[in-house]
Amino acid sequence: MQLTLWTYEGPPHIGAMRIAASMTDLHYVLHSPQGDTYADLLFTMIGRSRKRPPVTYTTFQARDLGGDTAQLFKDSVNNAYQRFQPKAMIVGASCTAELIQDDPGGLAKALTLPIPVIPLELPSYQKKENWGASETFYHIVRGLVAVDKSISAQQYQENRSASKQEGQKPTCNILGPTALGFRNRDDVQEIAGLLESMGIEVRVVAPLNASVSDLAKIPAADFNVSLYPEISQLTCTWLNKTFGQPFTKTIPIGTKATKAFVREVAQLASLDPEAILAAQEERARWYAKSVDSTYLTDKRVFIFGDGSHAIAAAKVAAEEIGFKVVGLGTYSREFAREVREAAKSYGIEALITDDYLEVEQKVSELAPDLVLGTQMERHIAKRLGVPCAVISAPVHVQDFPARYSPQMGFEGANVLFDTWIHPLMMGLEEHLIMMFRDDFEFSAKAAPSHLGHAAPSEASQIMASQISVPSASSLKVDDEEVVSSDVESLWAADAEKELGKIPFFVRGKARRNTEKFAVEHSISRITIETLYDAKAHYGR
Amino acid sequence: MNAVVDLPKDHLSSVGKNIPIYKERGQREVFCGLTGIIWLHRKIQDAFFLVVGSRTCAHLVQSAAGVMIFAEPRFATAIIDDRDLAGIADAHEELDRVVKSLLTRRPDIKMLFLVGSCPSEVIKLDLSRAAQRLNKEFLNQCRILSYSGSGIETTFTQGEDACLASLVNEIPKPVMAEEKNLLVVGCLPDVVEDQFQRLFNKLGIARVSFFPPKNSQQKIEIHSNTQYLLAQPFLAETARLIEERGAKRISAPFPFGIEGTSAWLKAAANQWGVSAQKFDEVTQPKIERAQKALARYIPMLESKRISFFPDSQLEIPLARFLSQECGMKVLEIGTPYLHKQHLEVELDLLPENSRIVEGQDVEKQLDRCRADKPDIVVCGLGLANPLEAEGITTKWSIELVFSPVHGYEQAADLAELFARPLNRSMKLAA
Repeated sequence: MQLTLWTYEGPPHIGAMRIAASMTDLHYVLHSPQGDTYADLLFTMIGRSRKRPPVTYTTFQARDLGGDTAQLFKDSVNNAYQRFQPKAMIVGASCTAELIQDDPGGLAKALTLPIPVIPLELPSYQKKENWGASETFYHIVRGLVAVDKSISAQQYQENRSASKQEGQKPTCNILGPTALGFRNRDDVQEIAGLLESMGIEVRVVAPLNASVSDLAKIPAADFNVSLYPEISQLTCTWLNKTFGQPFTKTIPIGTKATKAFVREVAQLASLDPEAILAAQEERARWYAKSVDSTYLTDKRVFIFGDGSHAIAAAKVAAEEIGFKVVGLGTYSREFAREVREAAKSYGIEALITDDYLEVEQKVSELAPDLVLGTQMERHIAKRLGVPCAVISAPVHVQDFPARYSPQMGFEGANVLFDTWIHPLMMGLEEHLIMMFRDDFEFSAKAAPSHLGHAAPSEASQIMASQISVPSASSLKVDDEEVVSSDVESLWAADAEKELGKIPFFVRGKARRNTEKFAVEHSISRITIETLYDAKAHYGR
Repeated sequence: MNAVVDLPKDHLSSVGKNIPIYKERGQREVFCGLTGIIWLHRKIQDAFFLVVGSRTCAHLVQSAAGVMIFAEPRFATAIIDDRDLAGIADAHEELDRVVKSLLTRRPDIKMLFLVGSCPSEVIKLDLSRAAQRLNKEFLNQCRILSYSGSGIETTFTQGEDACLASLVNEIPKPVMAEEKNLLVVGCLPDVVEDQFQRLFNKLGIARVSFFPPKNSQQKIEIHSNTQYLLAQPFLAETARLIEERGAKRISAPFPFGIEGTSAWLKAAANQWGVSAQKFDEVTQPKIERAQKALARYIPMLESKRISFFPDSQLEIPLARFLSQECGMKVLEIGTPYLHKQHLEVELDLLPENSRIVEGQDVEKQLDRCRADKPDIVVCGLGLANPLEAEGITTKWSIELVFSPVHGYEQAADLAELFARPLNRSMKLAA
């Protein structure tokens, strides 16, 4: 058993629902207890969908368990087929139904419906949402795409180029975007626009807004754009193996990555990328270069999210905005290797965990100036009084905005710049607060004034070293008191007061550095001199 | 009356002014009892709710509560994994470990609820035994209780019933009767509780207590001289256990709207022999003020047609309030469960030509709703936006459980909750 305050991902059947809800004529019959229909709210409320997700639940109750839940499931499949007339169906079990072992796949097959019925095996007690989505997408594509086993991948590829007419554009599919995906709606628009401006024809976008017959057309394209590897990598790998369709590996988040993506795509499509690259305005790059952004240099940032978004955000933060990446992690164990490699390039160790408390612990240890994370990191940042922006799912309703706000492509880079800089205190204010600390309105304890809030309470300004958030496995109450009393005796009163003159957003780091310096130099009592010695030692 | 599509005629019974009660079975679009945690953790302030379940349960609770940003949440999930299922890890030992680490981290917790879920019920993890065992260990630090909020056993507000029942269960059966007292049963917002307290005291009913209490240390008095009033219609099991301890229920409608509140107070006043004159003296000023406030919303609601999808068991009392006091026409009242005894007074007050459907087959109910074309539909959030997109105005039902709606001072607020979407549809259409 695992003690969980917040979970980064839902169970795998939520992933399957995201695939079903993305598509237009696919229906999902889910064997599940009464109450699991809460998942509809994710789509209708968070995603603000106009339609109910195409999911029929058996919603069995305790009294049904004594009877024939298998019959209940079969009736549900029949009724769903009669009522919705889908072109294909997926069937599976939720966590509770997995325990009663009714075999939805076998039962649905026995009904011999005149449409493809694809069974899903999603182990709820081992796997999670993204895995469920990836697996479901893969099985749907495998189930709906006709494969001629007598033809090799290479022959498929040769047939494609042979049938190509003179002057016909290169073609691709965009795979991976789903309902409830973080900014997927606008990413698709941005990337499809970019590809079309390069002279590439986008054939199928899937699963988002795709129909069952669209999926059958996937093998006809020259290559695939794997936009969200968490969802699409498995499918793209299979398509490559079976039909010889290469797929893109670059995630076009940030200006540099977008340019790399354009080059990668141009190579797959045998086009020259330079014209399209030359035409770009690259506003985000200029904004970061402009002198107003100088104060952003080396601001310490902690990054957490799904694998792809975390890696991409770290690259943008370090290379395009000039932040210092002090922490990088992911909850996507499937992408742990990639995240570890990325972290290594920043000289840090990646945090691979789905334990919210561990993330909280890490953030409080590092005392960053900015947290880029998920909805869960907003809880942490609130508690620690650190500015925060959201870069990855899980997200709540405010991150399904009405306005156009991609993360990908050149416009995505502009959105990222605005979003990440916004929570930070602006340059002039930062300077003035360092100079004059006792202003009645712009106090050193205050939140940035452009955010329009009054000073947050003292309680929310808990600084790093005063916090001890034990992880779930090593919970010890006593530690907290011991640590704080130790800290107090370590600091001389005047040094503590001097520390108070340092603005709150760097005070945590100063405290930590000074204490570290004291330990390393066997100083038992921190004076004002120690504070400045440490400052000289570590730099700002 | 509109054609009733496909409603099962078997088990058909009728109540009040010849109102049919249909029983329907099929897909149910409702919450499970775990959702009760969202308001219960705020009410009982030193309690913590630990769900023992799957990632689905954790995901449900966080999807419901996660818009709020928490510094220290008072609920969590112990997620069962495959090691627990395969018997590699002893589930009881695992649970003890999780509870111990939780209580060490949060020594301020005085009452811990182990909340059962569908997975824990299906694998028959005995949480009541676990609670007993852990109680011995944490004897002076924390009381540990258990109840089930699983979807297979409980629907939405029944989670509160199960939680309160576990609290009553803890109260030893009394040996002798004490002085006559009044117990108000059901989770009420603090402001409403205080209003009722003042009203009862003015009526001369001095010994009044509210259940659940605001913190775990408060003692609850139940004995054969206790009379209790239900403030919520979904407390079947809690009421049963209270009666096992000798207390007697005061039959009354529920305190929604002016009439409902008056009748509810009156029922108690009668038991305490409060004179009619005294009763009027105390209530008349409140009634007049409430009438003035309510009058503003009546033109917006009068003769509008309303339907309810099943959700919280509040549907019948609310339909009564909206028809009796706001002049609305009730088409269909869906309810997840109907306790005839607790609702007997309410059912008598319902208008003719309404139909009651206990249980649900959501697709068929949607068909009926589309055929009925009500002016406003009370339904859950899974259906609300899709119905709005079809051009049907909705009032999402969960808000009715999360807002102060009982009593005189809230009568107008309650009407406003229904007037607002109608008003808004008109505004946006213009």
